[in-house]
Amino acid sequence: MATQHSRSAARFMMAPAVILLLGWMLVPLVMTLWFSFRRFLPNRPDIVPGWVGFDNYVRFVTSSAFWPSVQTTLIIVGGALLITIVLGVLLALLLDQPMWGQGVVRILVIAPFFVMPTVSALVWKNIFMDPVNGLFAHLWRAFGAEPVVWLSDAPLFSIILIVSWQWLPFATLILLTAIQSLDSEQLEASEMDGAPPLSRFFYIILPHLSRAITIVILIQTIFLLSVFAEIFVTTGGAFGTRTLTYLIFQRVLESQNVGLGSAGGVYAIILANIIAIFLMRIVGKNLDA
Amino acid sequence: MSRAVTTRRKTINTVLAWSIGFLIFFPILWTILTSFKTEAQAINDPPLFLFFDWTLENYAVVQERSDYMRFLWNSVIIAGGSTLIGVMIAIPAAWSMAFVPSKRTKDILLWMLSTKMLPAVGVLYPIYLIFIELGLLDTRIGLVVVIMLINLPIIVWMLYTYFKEIPGEILEAARMDGASLREEIIYVLTPMAVPGIASTILLNFILAWNEAFWTLNLTAAQAAPLTAFIASYSSPEGLFYAKLSAASTMAIAPILILGWFSQKQLVRGLTFGAVK
Repeated sequence: MATQHSRSAARFMMAPAVILLLGWMLVPLVMTLWFSFRRFLPNRPDIVPGWVGFDNYVRFVTSSAFWPSVQTTLIIVGGALLITIVLGVLLALLLDQPMWGQGVVRILVIAPFFVMPTVSALVWKNIFMDPVNGLFAHLWRAFGAEPVVWLSDAPLFSIILIVSWQWLPFATLILLTAIQSLDSEQLEASEMDGAPPLSRFFYIILPHLSRAITIVILIQTIFLLSVFAEIFVTTGGAFGTRTLTYLIFQRVLESQNVGLGSAGGVYAIILANIIAIFLMRIVGKNLDA
Repeated sequence: MSRAVTTRRKTINTVLAWSIGFLIFFPILWTILTSFKTEAQAINDPPLFLFFDWTLENYAVVQERSDYMRFLWNSVIIAGGSTLIGVMIAIPAAWSMAFVPSKRTKDILLWMLSTKMLPAVGVLYPIYLIFIELGLLDTRIGLVVVIMLINLPIIVWMLYTYFKEIPGEILEAARMDGASLREEIIYVLTPMAVPGIASTILLNFILAWNEAFWTLNLTAAQAAPLTAFIASYSSPEGLFYAKLSAASTMAIAPILILGWFSQKQLVRGLTFGAVK
């Protein structure tokens, strides 16, 4: 029972959050749009700013760096998703089994999620992947192999490894929560009917997990698309690790070509929104229930 | 329900799970161990696992050479300030959405969530420009505001899901007894929602502490938090593994401990209530 009074009070109390978020969204968005249609290089006073129509948009996609960056983005996002989902499902299944010290294992598995991105990038880059003093180099030499120069010989693989290490806990934790909500009677019944473990997995557990997997994919995609610190710290965008996000960052802040970078930013916003729509649909459905 | 599990199977599970857990945790463990070695021991081949001369020297050097405490303090202010301000703004909003829902509540919630999906790099230059114009570049205030805004949708969402679980009758009873709206929120709702508010604060403190796009791009020497301080180690100066490890350990230790308390809220907070 909401009275007229409480309704207006409610609106009043929602106002600060709504107005702040509206400002946070609209002001920079409008500015990015504005810049994207202009020639604007703040560091080059000789180039006169002015309207250029869709020139920036065309130049951004036709520049030689664009398609490689899209490819890099897809490889990193796809690779990290594949690894975290597959390993996450297996790990969640394992953690759901009876064992001793389950709580401790959970703590160990979840830990990487709480490590700040710059720390995990630097620790992996130096202490593990360094071709001379890194732990992997020691390991390779111990087996008489030539150490790998990870970040220049296998840069994408290295970054996928770092990012997957950071996100595996998230996937595992959410999938574990989903597995635990599975009705155990259903599993027992199928067990009694003699269903082998593999078909129990494919016909009961996996369908039950499909929603959680979808959510993990969507949320991780949104975060993985904007992976930044891991590249900033390890390769600085060299060796073909320049993602779309990093390319825009370089255009905007490093070469201060704001018009071009802003057009790239608009592409990134559109891309993120396409994925966000699917996520919203799932979350929205859950709100009704 | 207890399914019969043989001891043998349980043992296999345990060994397997502990091994994998150890493997996943190993990079963190190794960093912590390395922080107690000398620089020479840190790169020793074969690697030294436990039998080395444990030393605290690196911690002293990191503090001395780089004024570590200042970066730590910046992190505390930025993460703490943004979280507290965010919660204060979000409590009334979440209250009204949970207890006085209207037709538009769902749309507003989803819209708030959508602002979280806005890729930061898309608005990098505008924010950068606004910061320069307002003199906010490399200030803690500026970062508190930005990080508060990026986490506000999550804070509102988490509080909303917690408030939803509080029976509305209790608030109505308080209203019958003559409590004003303010009193109702402060004396009735807030105490009942303390666990929910606490978990919201915890998770968002962690997210703010680890935020590494805006902190890297909007700070220099003055307001840099630990994320940016650690990144300054990416240009190596000779032997520095042990010091890097000491700096890293100090930066992640508080959050690891807080994080372990927030496991359960993590699922809820980051999936926006879609997985329970």
